[in-house]
Amino acid sequence: MKPLQPSSELARWMTNYGPPVLVFLGALAAWEAYVRLNHVPPFILPAPSLVLQTLVDDRNVLLPALAVTLETTFAALLAAIVGGAGLAILFSQWRWVERSFLPFAIVLQVTPVIAIAPLLLIYLEAPQAVLVCAFLVAFFPILSNTALGLASADRNLTDLFKLYRATRWQTLIHLRLPSALPYFLGGLRIAGGLALIGAIVAELAAGNAGKGAGLAFRIAEAGYRLNIPRMFAGLTLISLAGIAIFAALAALSKAILGHWRMNEASRR
Amino acid sequence: MNPTMPLISLRRLGKTYANGTTALDNIDLDVEAGALLTLLGPSGCGKSTILRLIAGLEPPSRGTLLRDLPAGRRAIGFVFQDATLMPWANVFDNVFLGLRLQGVSRPAATPVVEEMLALVGLAHEAGRFPRELSGGMRMRVSIARALAMRPPILLMDEPFAALDEITRFKLNDDLLALQSELKTTIVFVTHSVYESVYLSRRIAVMAARPGRIVKWIDLDASLPRDKEFRVSQAYTQYCAEVSNALQEGQNGNLI
Repeated sequence: MKPLQPSSELARWMTNYGPPVLVFLGALAAWEAYVRLNHVPPFILPAPSLVLQTLVDDRNVLLPALAVTLETTFAALLAAIVGGAGLAILFSQWRWVERSFLPFAIVLQVTPVIAIAPLLLIYLEAPQAVLVCAFLVAFFPILSNTALGLASADRNLTDLFKLYRATRWQTLIHLRLPSALPYFLGGLRIAGGLALIGAIVAELAAGNAGKGAGLAFRIAEAGYRLNIPRMFAGLTLISLAGIAIFAALAALSKAILGHWRMNEASRR
Repeated sequence: MNPTMPLISLRRLGKTYANGTTALDNIDLDVEAGALLTLLGPSGCGKSTILRLIAGLEPPSRGTLLRDLPAGRRAIGFVFQDATLMPWANVFDNVFLGLRLQGVSRPAATPVVEEMLALVGLAHEAGRFPRELSGGMRMRVSIARALAMRPPILLMDEPFAALDEITRFKLNDDLLALQSELKTTIVFVTHSVYESVYLSRRIAVMAARPGRIVKWIDLDASLPRDKEFRVSQAYTQYCAEVSNALQEGQNGNLI
């Protein structure tokens, strides 16, 4: 067989990514054209080029705010990992723990975080309240996915561990935790996006200005000042952050599971 | 172990599940040391349940089950229909599993694991992961994992059913070679008449609803089990005899 020619690889790349890239660029171009041809004022709809320009010009406002939001997001995600996976392990070991604490987790999950935020703001300082909100939304997918994973170890392997008289601890370490890993990583991917959303929503509710202001506050603030290009620039940054978080977690999951994805590999 | 006592002895054993299904009824079965006994029957006849009862994975509902086996974790090896390897662990760690759970250190276990891998012909695959192996190789790892504990008795639940015929023939031969080398007692469950005749010295033919043994067939143990045997007259006759017993058992003409 001939080795793949660069041109054919390029051709394959073009078939895979060409259409979406072209459509995206086309949409941007149409937007730009619409604004320029109709002389739409920037406070109604800024052109993409102006949004980009604003991103660069306002970087001293936007980037520190992005850093604040991302810091909250990652702290919340970390807490959700520790709390969610930890609680899932406790659930898997003692049924009564699961029965007693799952209702709380579900109540927190089904109550919209936007409705909890004002209450938390009464009890906590704004940055802590934002962190707790982001944690609350990120926590549940990790908890439920990990719990599901811990309970779905292969039946025959479970029997084998029983046959070898493995202790509860050995079964957890050598069977349940590895079996739960793909589920946990799936939950993590969802939680990463949700932590960002939780942080943004809570920042809007908190509305705190000053040094610790997050990106969402900057967007709201820009809105009050009718600085629409900056709103778009802020939104762009949030979207990019969300995409980056998702891509990073997907890559992490692939790196960890790459060599033992039995099913996927045998299907190819 | 007392050589005159069977390793495993089932008397009037029955298993009825909570939903009222009788999986097994009136099973009398002795497994002598060194035997290669096959349980042959259609699906749903409870042959796998017998293995699970022997292994102690489920309790019987009626009758007695005696096991003349050393106490502890090493007593019984089990090979499932699916290789059931841990996909996150490489071949070495999969074979190491039983010993690891027993508290044997990795350095102490390494010679045993390597010996077992050599025995099943996978000496050079220790570092590979299950997904990189063929179905036959995975099954070999599974067998090595069971044998690493040096169990006096090995229970095999349709281990080769999912493999293609060429691989299955090869593994049949390898299993016979392994048994003659290690002297492991084997209880082998299958639904293949040909496999049961080729492998065993004794066949328990079973029928379903309720699961029961309808006929015992003893085979001439002196026959060499090789390529010749597969095309010999004796093999054909045994296959016919076993087939008939299976058929009649299902029609209710026996017992």
